[in-house]
Order: sequence, then C-alpha cells, then structure tokens
Amino acid sequence: MSSIFNVLLLQNTLRTATPVVLAALGCLLTQHVNITNIGIDGMILIGAFFAVLGSYLCGSWVMGLVFAIVMGALLGLLYYVFVIKFGSDEFIIGVALNIFAGGLTVFLLRTIFQVKGSFSGPGIVPLPTIDIPLIEDIPILGTLLSGNTLLVYLSWILVPLIWAFIYKTPTGLHLRAAGEYPDALTASGKSPDKMKCLASVLCGILSCLAGAHLSLGYLTMFSENMSAARGYVAFACVIFGRGNPPKVFFAALLFGFISALGLRMQKYMPSDITSMAPYVVTIVMMVVVVLWERRKKQRGQGA
Amino acid sequence: MQGMGTEVVRFEHVSKQYPGVLANNDVTLSIIKGEVFALVGENGAGKSTLMNLLYGLGQPTMGDIFIGGEKISAQHNPERAMQMGVSMVHQHFKLVPSFTVAQNILLGHEPKRGRVFLGTEKSNEIVRELSKAYGLYVNPTDTVGELSVGLQQRVEILKALRTGADVLILDEPTAVLTPQETDELFAVIRRIVAEKNMTVILITHKLPEVMHVSDRVGVMRRGKLEQVLITADTSEREIASLMVGRDVIFDDLRTDQPAGEERLRIEGLCASSDRNLPALRGVDITVHAGEIVGVCGVEGNGQTELAECIMGMRPQTGGAVLLSGKDISNTDPRAIRSLGMSYIPEDRVSMGVDTKASVQENLLLGKQRTKAFSFFGIHQRRGQIKEYANELTKRYDIRTSGTDELVQSLSGGNMQKVVIAREFSFDAPVLLISQPTRGVDIGAIEFIHEHIIEKRNEGCAILLISADLDELLRLGDRLVTIFEGKITGRFNAGEIDKQEIGFYMTGGKQDTKEGERL
Repeated sequence: MSSIFNVLLLQNTLRTATPVVLAALGCLLTQHVNITNIGIDGMILIGAFFAVLGSYLCGSWVMGLVFAIVMGALLGLLYYVFVIKFGSDEFIIGVALNIFAGGLTVFLLRTIFQVKGSFSGPGIVPLPTIDIPLIEDIPILGTLLSGNTLLVYLSWILVPLIWAFIYKTPTGLHLRAAGEYPDALTASGKSPDKMKCLASVLCGILSCLAGAHLSLGYLTMFSENMSAARGYVAFACVIFGRGNPPKVFFAALLFGFISALGLRMQKYMPSDITSMAPYVVTIVMMVVVVLWERRKKQRGQGA
Repeated sequence: MQGMGTEVVRFEHVSKQYPGVLANNDVTLSIIKGEVFALVGENGAGKSTLMNLLYGLGQPTMGDIFIGGEKISAQHNPERAMQMGVSMVHQHFKLVPSFTVAQNILLGHEPKRGRVFLGTEKSNEIVRELSKAYGLYVNPTDTVGELSVGLQQRVEILKALRTGADVLILDEPTAVLTPQETDELFAVIRRIVAEKNMTVILITHKLPEVMHVSDRVGVMRRGKLEQVLITADTSEREIASLMVGRDVIFDDLRTDQPAGEERLRIEGLCASSDRNLPALRGVDITVHAGEIVGVCGVEGNGQTELAECIMGMRPQTGGAVLLSGKDISNTDPRAIRSLGMSYIPEDRVSMGVDTKASVQENLLLGKQRTKAFSFFGIHQRRGQIKEYANELTKRYDIRTSGTDELVQSLSGGNMQKVVIAREFSFDAPVLLISQPTRGVDIGAIEFIHEHIIEKRNEGCAILLISADLDELLRLGDRLVTIFEGKITGRFNAGEIDKQEIGFYMTGGKQDTKEGERL
C-alpha cells in the first residue's frame, strides 16, 4: 500500500492538477460574464503546441511562454468577436474551436516539424524547476512545495489574486454585473462588452498557459490531442466550485488526485479502467452539484 | 405653482422621426420647478420617446430642448443629462439581483480603498447619507434580489438621485406595485417635491393616479401634445377622451341579473410550480352562470399555475376541478375545451396566437376540423374560412391590412382581439380569462371590457385573473384574493375598496419593515 499512498502521490496530484487549475481559473472568468466557454480544451491544445514551437525556435522557455500567451490572447479575442460581436452561439463556436485546434496542431506538426503523432527532442527547452530555499529542506513539505516549475507556482498565486480581482475590485464587480445583468452596467455608463472581452482574453491566456504547462512543464514534448479533455474537466470544476476560485482550485486538486491515483493503480488493474477514473469522478461531481443545488433551492423556498 | 414658478425644462417644437413613424410631432412644453407633471397617453403616443430625448436616449430630429435655460447639445447623453440635473427611473429596473443595495446604487462610480480595492465601507456610508438626505430608507448591505419590488424601486430612485437631480422622470412607476407600495411612492414623490424643491415628471396611463398625485397633466396622442391641463380643474373622463380622441365610456355596463347555476367548481386545488415547489395550496373557487369572478393578487402568487391547472396544462397534485358537474381534473386541454371551456391565456405571444401564421389561420384554430370549414378533415374550404375570418375581424374590430396578414405584425391590442374573437366564438358556457388587457391601449381595453361583459350578460360563467385591480373592480361581480397559492379573502364587488383588497393581496399582513407610511 505504501507504494501507492506516499508523498509522491501528493506531489503528482499537484502537478497533474496544475493545467486544470490554470484553465479553470480562465473558465471561471468567462462564467462570471455569463459566457459558457467549452472551447477551453482547444485553447489548451493550441497553447501546448505554440509553447513547444516558441521554445524550439528560440531555444528559450521564456519565448515558449510568450508564444503561448500571445496565442491565448488572440484566441480569446477571436472567441469574443464571434460570440459577442457577431452573436454566434457560444456552444457552436466552442465546439468549432476544439475541432479546429485538433486539426491545426496536427497540420502544423506535420508541416513545421515533419512528424506524425508527437514531437519531442533536445531542441525543446523545458520550464526550469525552482527550488525554494529553506522550504526545500523541510521533510514532506519540501518535496511538495519546492522544486516545481514556474507555472505551478503561478497557478497557486493566481487563486487568491483572481478571487480578490473578482470580489474585491471595481473591475471585478463590473465583470460580474456584465454577466448577471448587463443592462445595469450599461445604465451606469460602462460597457458590458468590454468586460466580456477582458474575461474572454484572460481565459484564452490562462488556458494556453495550461497547455504550456503540459508540453513544457509536465512533459517536454507535444503530441496530438495531448489536452486529453482537460478543458472539459476544468469546466466541470468551475461548475462544481460555482465560480469561486478557492473552491474551483480544490475541485481541480480532487481531479489531480484521482488521476495520480489512477496512474499508480495501473499495476493492479487494467489501465483502461484507471484512466477512466478521473472522468467518472467528474460526472459524479456534477451529479452531486445538481442535487445539492436543488436541495438548497427547495430549502430556501420552504422557509 | 400654476404658471408662477420658474421653468426648469422647455421643449420647443420638438419632433422625433423614427423610420416610418413620427414619434413626436412638434411638441412645445414647459415644465415648472417644484411641480409634479403627469404625462399621459396610450401606448405609442410618444410620451416615453419625449422623455427619452430629455434624458439623452436619442436626439430630436427637429426642435430644441432646454434644461434650466441651457440648450442641450447634439451630443446629449444620459451622463450629461444627469450632470444637468435630469435623472430617469425606467419601467424595468436596471439592478443586479445578487449585488447589495450600495453596490447597485454606486455601480460604475465605486469609491476605492487604497487605489485598487472596493471601498465597501465608504460605499455603505455614502448610501446611508443619500438615503437619509431624501428620507428614502434602505439598508445598504441588503441584497437587492431579496427585496420587495417596492424597495427595489426605491433603490432605483436613489440611484437616480445620486448626483443630486433637480428633475426626476419616472416611467410607469406603479405598473408593478401593490396599492400600498403605490401610496408610499406617491408620499415620497410629494415629499421630495416639497422638501427638495424638485420636479417630478410621471409617465403613466393610469388616470386615478394622475388625479391623485399630479399638479398638471399633459395629454399626448399620436406623437402630439394634445393639451396641458391643471389637474384640479379637469376630470378622468376629460383626460381619457383627449387620450383616445373620442369619448370613452367608463360606465357600468353590467345588467342586474341573478347568478345562475354553478358552472365551474374548484375544490382544494393543489399544484406545483415549474421549480417543483408548492404553487397552489388548496384553492376553492366556484363560478356561476352569468357572473364574473375576479382573482386578484400580486403576480407570482399562483395565478399562472391556477389557469394552467384548470385548462389541463399542468398536473394537479390534489383537489378537483368540476366543469358543469363533470370532473375534469388532469384531463387534456382538448377534452376540456370540448366539454365547454374557452381560455384566453396570460401571454398571448407565446400561448394565445401563432405569430407566424396569418390572422385567418389564427381565427380558425380549433375549428379547422369542423364540417363548416373542411371536407372530411382533408380539404380546407378556403372560401368559407375567408368569409368567416372577415366577419370576425369586423365584429371584433381587428385592424389589419387583410386577414392574410401575419399576426406578428399586429399591435398588442389587435393581437389580443384575435385571441378574444377566436375564443368567444366557441360560445363555451365557461370562460377562463387571464390578463386580458395587459399591454393593450385604453381604446382597446374599453372594447375588450365591453365584450367580456356582453358574454357575462349572455349567461357565461367567467373566471377572470388579472393583475390590474381597476379592471377587476370594474368587471368582477365577486372577487377573491390569492396570496402564496391560497385564497385569502372573498368579497362581493362594490363592498370593498382598493386599500382593503391590497391588504388581503399581501396575505392580510402589513409589512412594517418597508418603512414609511402615509
């Protein structure tokens, strides 16, 4: 049993959860402006590819991140233009984005790197790990908190930052107003569309950073469809955490824990079943949320 | 103040042309400081358009508007209007339900703490002071979505007064209020006018309110300002005929007749709402031939579910509905109709008509299989259908360019007349009528009321559900009040006044938390 339940399991949990955390933080911003963005999975995939591309071309992980951020902003803007400016259906555009991302990355993989399936090589510079002095010497905590990549730390810092942004700043207030009752915001002389644009662009950037973590942090390669539906899981986490960053963070950790556990259970049962586990848990989580909300509503009305 | 005070707002030959519609036609009007000015007119008469121009929602095509002697510029917008001292409270509240009162009032103008963060304490303090200055008490930390409609309106008014307005425009402010809330609003209007020397412009079409609260009244019809009257020197009847352009009869058309046999009996009816919560908790109502029973209540107290249950469109969870002695509980609408009930639904657009079908087709609905109009249910007899549609259009005064016109291009009043013409022509012994005149203008209201009373006088049993108390008092022989899915009071018409009904509509409890009384 100790080969399964040990400190490394927790360490794996944190690392597996990171892309979901980043993408979910982006997704919750769009959720607050009342855009249901299911195109996040595609954004993660494109982010993963361009992070590898930037890192490979320039020989620097910094440029990998820059590529991912720029692509993220562009994708967010594109999504905003189609959904809000042109008034297309958010689901259709989201699905289109996911299909487009799959095709685009395969196409670019073949034309730029002349490979099929996946691309890895010494030319890709991965994200360096950062050791935190003092903390790294603490027995268990050191293993968990130190020696992670920049994006892991960033995801942790962003949780309280985004919470404060949404609930404690005027811009965050306007963001929520734009989602809940845009007319109120218009009446006070502010533009709800600007807020939606902001949320969409931030969501694109965060999702692409999630991709960058996959291809430069967690692994050092790009492979077709490597996002593996993490965008949908991120979306489920946002619903589960009702858009509240700390709650969403813990939902993502739960997903990471089940994934990490699944990997270790492969020794004892078929891998098909273990890799199913995180998604089964996601479905169960969603059912729990629905039942929970219904109960709460009934109790609220009964009083 | 009659003509004595200083002028705060002046319209000079103002016209507003929209594509195909001249919404305002050469309007010249002065509003005097310290008065309550009521602007009345039918739907589409141009009263809201005129006030929107003043508030900067659109520019006049011709003419000038002056605020405090200063001409408004071509770039006039709501923000500038507020700087010049003009504020407007719209009919539909622009409030974010999950935000607090203070967050809503100061939305877009939040004080900050340390440059970055929201100054929540500061916001609450500002709102507390604003609230005190105008004597409009609100708790800045309450969540707006949990407040009553009357209090939400108070929040809207405070939002409008935030910048210290001199002129406050209220667009149909009483449409959603209970009689008690309406009285409170009028007390507030009276007080801010007296104490702050403010001017209030009230857009409305409810004439009793005009008589009650205004100093002067301007009547608009078809974009023109027909006349400006001093309220004390005029009457409801005079204003009404100016609005419609002819005499309007507000007389009682009901003939004295004893109620006949019992036609509709509702016993202990229970049902759930869409959200699966109890909406009806044991409702008992009986309707006899030749009488109108009115159901009064604040919207959302089970009226919608009541109508749907009776018509078999919503499952009953208890009780029974008897139509001429026959149990029709949980049967389907078609069977109920064939047993002798017709139904005018509350939402004509989604349930009353097929907007994408023609007037003719809509009038035919329900009779398309009868021998008169079809040959063995296969071939439609076009000639007969057309003739029938023309006859109904004429009898019910439906104004269309022809019976082939699509219903969606008709005005609200004409659309409602299509529904009424169709349902009344079944000659059913029982009529279920829900919100018959919502969003319909005064000329059409009069017409619809006449037809409903005609049906009653013919011996029809009518259950009338309405949110308009004046309508219920005018038409109903008996009234019942409904509150949270229960009948809270039963009255004979003429033995009760509005105030008392309002008392029962809110469950027979006065809500003292709501603050000021008259």
